[in-house]
Amino acid sequence: MIRYAYIIPLLPLASFFINIAVGKRLPRKGDWLCLATILAGLVMSVGIFLEVFQAYDPNFKYHVVTPWLTVADRFTINAGILVDNLTAVMLLVVTGVSTLVHLFSIGYMHGDPRYSRYFAYLSIFSFSMLGLVLSESFFFIFIFWELVGLSSYLLIGFWFEKKSASDAGKKAFITTHIGDVGFLIGNMIIFVTCGVFGFDEVFQAIGQGKLSGTLLTIAGIGVFCGAIGKSAQFPLHVWLPDAMEGPTPVSALIHAATMVAAGVYLVGRVYPMFTPDAFLFIAYIGFITLFIAATIALTQNDIKKVLAYSTVSQLGYMIMGLGVGGYTAGLAHLATHAAFKACLFLGSGSVIHALHTQDLREMGGLRKKMPITFVTFLIATLAIAGVPGFSGFFSKDMILAAALEFGMRNPAHYVLFFGALFTAGMTAFYMFRLVIMAFLGEPKDHHKFDHAHESPPNMWVPLVVLAIFSFSFWFKSPFVEKGWVQTLITKPATVADVVKAPVATASMEHAAVMTGEATHAAAPAEGGGHGAVPAAHGEKAGAPAHAGAGEHDAHLAHMAHSYAMYSSVAVGTLGIFLGFVVYFFGWIDPARVANSVKPLYNFLLNKWYFDELYDATVINGSIAFSKFLAWFDLHVVDGLVNLAAQLGIFVSFLVGKFDDYVVDGAVNGLASATTGSGSLLRRMQTGKLYHYVFVLAGGALVIFLIKAF
Amino acid sequence: MGFVDSHILSLMTFLPILGAVVLLCVPKGKDDVIRWIAAVASFLPLVLAVKLWFAYDRTLAGVNVASQYQFVEHYAWIPSINVEYFLGADGISMPLLLLTALLSFLAVIGSFGITNKVKGYMALFLLLETGMMGVFASLDFFLFYVFWEVMLLPMYFLIGIWGGPRKEYAAIKFFLYTLAGSVLMLLVLLALYFNTTNPETGGHTFNLLHYMAQGTHNAWLKGFDVRVLMFLGLFIGFAIKVPLFPFHTWLPDAHVEAPTAISVILAGVLLKMGAYGLMRISFPIFPDVTRWFAMPMAVIGVVNIVYGALCALAQSDLKKMVAYSSVSHMGFVLLGMAALTPLGMAGASMQMFSHGLITAMLFFLVGVVYDRAHHRQIDGFGGLGAVVPIYTGFISFAFFASLGLPGLSGFIAEQMVFLGSFEAFRPIVIVAAIGIVFVAAFHLWSLQRVFLGPLNPKYATMEEINAREIFCLAPLGILVLAVGIWPMPILNLLNASAVRLVDLVKAVI
Repeated sequence: MIRYAYIIPLLPLASFFINIAVGKRLPRKGDWLCLATILAGLVMSVGIFLEVFQAYDPNFKYHVVTPWLTVADRFTINAGILVDNLTAVMLLVVTGVSTLVHLFSIGYMHGDPRYSRYFAYLSIFSFSMLGLVLSESFFFIFIFWELVGLSSYLLIGFWFEKKSASDAGKKAFITTHIGDVGFLIGNMIIFVTCGVFGFDEVFQAIGQGKLSGTLLTIAGIGVFCGAIGKSAQFPLHVWLPDAMEGPTPVSALIHAATMVAAGVYLVGRVYPMFTPDAFLFIAYIGFITLFIAATIALTQNDIKKVLAYSTVSQLGYMIMGLGVGGYTAGLAHLATHAAFKACLFLGSGSVIHALHTQDLREMGGLRKKMPITFVTFLIATLAIAGVPGFSGFFSKDMILAAALEFGMRNPAHYVLFFGALFTAGMTAFYMFRLVIMAFLGEPKDHHKFDHAHESPPNMWVPLVVLAIFSFSFWFKSPFVEKGWVQTLITKPATVADVVKAPVATASMEHAAVMTGEATHAAAPAEGGGHGAVPAAHGEKAGAPAHAGAGEHDAHLAHMAHSYAMYSSVAVGTLGIFLGFVVYFFGWIDPARVANSVKPLYNFLLNKWYFDELYDATVINGSIAFSKFLAWFDLHVVDGLVNLAAQLGIFVSFLVGKFDDYVVDGAVNGLASATTGSGSLLRRMQTGKLYHYVFVLAGGALVIFLIKAF
Repeated sequence: MGFVDSHILSLMTFLPILGAVVLLCVPKGKDDVIRWIAAVASFLPLVLAVKLWFAYDRTLAGVNVASQYQFVEHYAWIPSINVEYFLGADGISMPLLLLTALLSFLAVIGSFGITNKVKGYMALFLLLETGMMGVFASLDFFLFYVFWEVMLLPMYFLIGIWGGPRKEYAAIKFFLYTLAGSVLMLLVLLALYFNTTNPETGGHTFNLLHYMAQGTHNAWLKGFDVRVLMFLGLFIGFAIKVPLFPFHTWLPDAHVEAPTAISVILAGVLLKMGAYGLMRISFPIFPDVTRWFAMPMAVIGVVNIVYGALCALAQSDLKKMVAYSSVSHMGFVLLGMAALTPLGMAGASMQMFSHGLITAMLFFLVGVVYDRAHHRQIDGFGGLGAVVPIYTGFISFAFFASLGLPGLSGFIAEQMVFLGSFEAFRPIVIVAAIGIVFVAAFHLWSLQRVFLGPLNPKYATMEEINAREIFCLAPLGILVLAVGIWPMPILNLLNASAVRLVDLVKAVI
């Protein structure tokens, strides 16, 4: 099955072209075609996953390439696919959520005038996302990176008649494009130093020291900039909440479960190239993001906005997890989050579909009207809040443990753990605020409430499926210490491993010098991480890797894990409890609290004024500058051209005058002199005989006088 | 078919003008007959271009080796001053010959809507095609110069007679500006002629390949200062055509005033001539100066990219915006060339080909909306996507191609240029990379203002794009997509020559 993995993205591509061209004329406007192609992809992905799972090998890898773009013998870019454990899991996540969202959309988008276009866009998204997951090189992942950006743009602005929707699409595309510039620069650095693009080849070249030191850090941060944009990390997170203008199933698929997680996937995929400095940068970006987004989520009243900010915050968790060295943790959270967040978004879609409002203040009491939606939503909420037994607990706990472990090693960075822990409490609080306001208590808007109804089966079935996957036993059985996720998704050897010793103050130079040896040493001894495995095609090799994990490390990790678990359960419970205290029992009036800290409340309600800040600086600055340049172009550059022309005309005018008065004046002067003298001379031609005789006599007299003297 | 095979470039060059002669004999008033004659006269070169495509041997590099040129026709033309009729194709000219054949045919079809003085229009257009083909096929500098000037005249009239409200200003500006460049070229032409000797005959020569063999140069021409001066003369002449900052201001005026099909040719083909001239003439004849001048050229290229994008962002006229986008895109060509790496050079060639396709689509599309609304103010529309979905689909496709979306040809070319030039000039390429944000911004912003958002009721009944317009756009769109997905057919065409040119300039060979 793995050999046919390339078919998985091609199927939705075909249905995209068919639906764009003739979708309107197909029966049911072609929705079945898109659903069928993605379902086939899901079946194949399950097959691949089973194959991979059977192998149960941390270093499983299927890798084929073929030259795609060459410039004589000087330059080659390969096209190919890479299937390892991470890919197999991602394929499952993407096709799984995508299939359910297709199914949900059949109900949700029913009757939309551009129904077939919608499904075509879903297909192009599936194609791009699956291509991204299967990419084996920096170049191709960038290609699909841009293509998911396109599908995101198209789907956010799907209802483009609304100005806010088309604004949001544009904002998403341009904001992520800013991050992509960093990605592009990272790619360029990698290419000129290593001369190759394939992940394995690049990591090998880095191992050989072809790219090291500050330049490697810059390249790593550059590539990570792509993730900052796409995964809505601070400071480019502003596009994601606006992206909620798109249809809700799209928010679930693209802007919660899969595409926004692509940045996390990218960081995981290129993990071996990050230096300690780059990791620290990544960790802090993730940390700032998770904190800011959670504080904003506390105050929002739009159900989708709350979920959007919670997505930003959870993505921050994943990124921070990866940054602090929790490779498995960050990627596991990607997978668990995909299921429960898709469930939450589709659940909110179900609510919006029933109530025709997104405002939490107009909801309430929906538990009775929409029991299935309520139960599934609650399960997913328990998962995101990190309640034991649910998937979010499993993965978030690992992230917190990794952060704590990182703090233990580097006491200067304890803030990462405590901040993330505090935010976990906030998460539980704002999620239960949402559940209570929407589903519990009394209905606030009776008119809307009376018309509410449970959604049809094709909408609630996806909810149920996603809720089922929000339990933790799928990812780790409670009876084993290490689930399949921890076994199969293992951290590759990285440049940073060298300085992972307790004394984490090792300088960058040190890391760079040792890099080559370290990864090489790791390879034969432990089967190495992905970074050190040679790019053997279709190879399955090696024993489990525990790159750099010594006795001391294991102890530290274990300790961190138990502390993190207890404390996260504690803050989670506290958050849920507070949520009930404030929004269910009403012991504390949220309005009064908000009033007592009015400036802070407004600050959060207005999302830390990021949009206003960017508007005032970057956006208006760019537009003003472009206006200035256009003026400069018209009046200075072109002004000079026109001035030259005017000068030419002026000079030619002068020359003309010169010609008229001097050159031609001379000619005319000569002419008039001639005519003048002629007319003078003419006067002599009088025809009177006595004149002639007189002149003759005068002349004779003159000659006589001359001769005489 | 022996004659066709051995004179294929001549036929491609002169069939259009033959068509022009034929249609001049058609009595007045039979506009449709004239149109179809023009279509046939421009279709035949396209057929020959397809033949060229299949017959071209992709392993031969050409550039400075006469024996590696293909479809060569070499005769004495004016023996008294050693002018040769010397045509040939290599990887530098092949993509442009194909592009010219395709765009000329599509532009004739796109001009079927012209109703005013059809005969004159079509005759001039075909004369223009002859000039363009000749420029790309000539290997004799004198011949090149003749074709270069031949193309100028019909363009002047096509803008000046069939253009928009400020057509006289635009036409004269275009003509004088280009002519100023030609004068510089003429001076270099004469200097080269009088300071080189044909090794075979011992006389002076206009043969470009002889110029490239440094042995033909006399002592005066070997002086570096002299060479710099001559390089700069040529550079300015070609820079005006490209157009490079600060010589670009004729372009927005000419584009805005020119009729649609002429804008297509102007941006699709004429702009390529400047860059082609640099590749064909400046670089191989003055490799030492090229190396010396590489960095400034790269800077100019980056200025073009960023400056063009920012100016485009500020435009309120859709056509002017597209014109400035050309300024931006042509910057990539110069940047790629200046890098003097195989990848950069191939990328520059690729960008020329790709930009020819994409910008042709854009100008056709702007023409479509202008024909219906009779204005092009970006802010004067709104929500057209709901009324004309197919048209919106086409223009979105072209816009995304233009902003460098992967899977479409522009991306391939841009990436090749980026990767190829980063090796040579890191900081300034980073500036260019930042420029792509503005490229994305002006495309999406104008797309939004014209096609998205609430519908402007004035255009609620706008007519959808018609079959003839789709006929002009579809081949271009298919090519843009095909090249974007599988670029090798085009790259194979130009790779060998790009590599040879770089090696020649870098004095590796």
